[in-house]
Amino acid sequence: MDEIIGKVKSKFEGVKIKENSPRRIYIEINRERAKELAEYFFKDEGMRFSIATGMDTRKGFEILYHFSLDSTGVVYSIRVYIPKDDPKIDSFANFLPATEWIEREMHELLGIEFEGHPNLKPLLTDADFQWDNKHPLKKYK
Amino acid sequence: MKTIIPIGPYHPLQEEPELFKLEVEGEKVVGLEINLGYNHRGHEWLAEKKTYDQVPFLVERICGICSNSHPLAGVQAIEDINNVDIPLRAKYIRTVIAELERLHSHFLWCGLAGHFLGYNTVWMWFWKYREPILDLLEKITGNRNHYGMMKVGGVRKDIREEDIPEIEKALKLVEQKAMLFTKAILDDPVLAARLVNVGILTKQQGMDYGVVGPTARASGLAIDVRRDDPYASYDLVKWDVIKFDEGDVMAKAKVRLLECFESLKIIRQCLKEMPAGPFDLKVDDVPAGEGIGRAEAPRGEVIHYVRSDGTNMPIRYKVRAPSYMNIASNAVAVKGCEIADAVLVLAAVDPCYCCTERLVVANNNGQKLSTKDLLKLSWQKTEKFRSKYKK
Repeated sequence: MDEIIGKVKSKFEGVKIKENSPRRIYIEINRERAKELAEYFFKDEGMRFSIATGMDTRKGFEILYHFSLDSTGVVYSIRVYIPKDDPKIDSFANFLPATEWIEREMHELLGIEFEGHPNLKPLLTDADFQWDNKHPLKKYK
Repeated sequence: MKTIIPIGPYHPLQEEPELFKLEVEGEKVVGLEINLGYNHRGHEWLAEKKTYDQVPFLVERICGICSNSHPLAGVQAIEDINNVDIPLRAKYIRTVIAELERLHSHFLWCGLAGHFLGYNTVWMWFWKYREPILDLLEKITGNRNHYGMMKVGGVRKDIREEDIPEIEKALKLVEQKAMLFTKAILDDPVLAARLVNVGILTKQQGMDYGVVGPTARASGLAIDVRRDDPYASYDLVKWDVIKFDEGDVMAKAKVRLLECFESLKIIRQCLKEMPAGPFDLKVDDVPAGEGIGRAEAPRGEVIHYVRSDGTNMPIRYKVRAPSYMNIASNAVAVKGCEIADAVLVLAAVDPCYCCTERLVVANNNGQKLSTKDLLKLSWQKTEKFRSKYKK
């Protein structure tokens, strides 16, 4: 078992680990503690933030924060589910500027609110564009 | 007093139309706001409507210059879901194509950087010897660009044994010229005056912004997916990761110049050691699951995430190109620069710029700055240094 995963398990109770292939590990955590885990990865383990994937699934919005540990080549993805009736999560932008753009993008494409983000205006479309509360990657009935 | 100088929405140096709003005080740049999305084509959404055979062709069209890196990362992500181990020969062929692409991309950047500095000879020469590389790609794949080589389970075309002497001949020519250019560029005092200590991105800033590729390697971050998370045949051949600590434009140029020689080294070894055998594997249906594929494009790490539900189309396809991280870091790198240097610093991260140069006019307080003006500013500064060194 991966050394870092051992540490994560003892530090963060209740995480679900899934290992698809040797260098691709997925860690599911509740949204309240996701920021803490990301901070631990970035500051203590020296991981590089690669990107985040946001998607609309049956279980609610799902965000995967992909962190890359370049010394071993492993990609650790933090998986967070966010209920659709309360689409909010803490922003990581205050300690990790690299997340600033992707949080703006997910806010724009899926309608997730990132609390504490310094500038949550649309990244790809014009600021004056009328959304009518609809989002391109959100699934509607 | 602060003035805002917009560069864009059609940036003179970049493929992606983008708007950079330079905030200047006198001659100094004090802030930068980046607007993008002018060329958003919805690839991620489109990929959800394509089958796994079509997806590599779609993602190939994300970028004209790194048109191999995206399908490579994409097929690797799908192979990660499937747990496919591709034939050895296919791994070598993938590496050869990827490195030829890196060579021509770095030549392109070096040439353009020369143009922006007023060194048009550098531009013409680099681009002249970029042609033999493109000819090689055409010979191997059938296309100068958008090679259509990557498929899940291998590659679409073989490299023929009888073509290898010709490939090696062209590589020799490219190596000779690259050597000549590298020496000339590193010896030039005017270029040193223009590039050293300009647009510095520190190691910590690089980490905070998650920069990748030559931008990271010029700031002391020795990261390279080819070595760290080996794919294709990179772990089977010998080569080095080029790293410099200065973080300025010169370091970025040096990383790219020296990487050309590493690429040549890799291609030669691949052609020599490539085993005979199949280059393609029939892959059955993609099962439900998720996969991540990474590839080192000329500009840095490309990462693709694919989620499958067991049908013949992905249900989520996420793409992250290297410039997404690198361009954001411009906001800190360009601070404190002069306007004459800004164009160069913004281009130093090598945001893909293969499309035609378009004219931009900015109008602020009666001040007009077009592409030509920006280039003139940059050239004038070089001239200043040139005349100084002539004396």
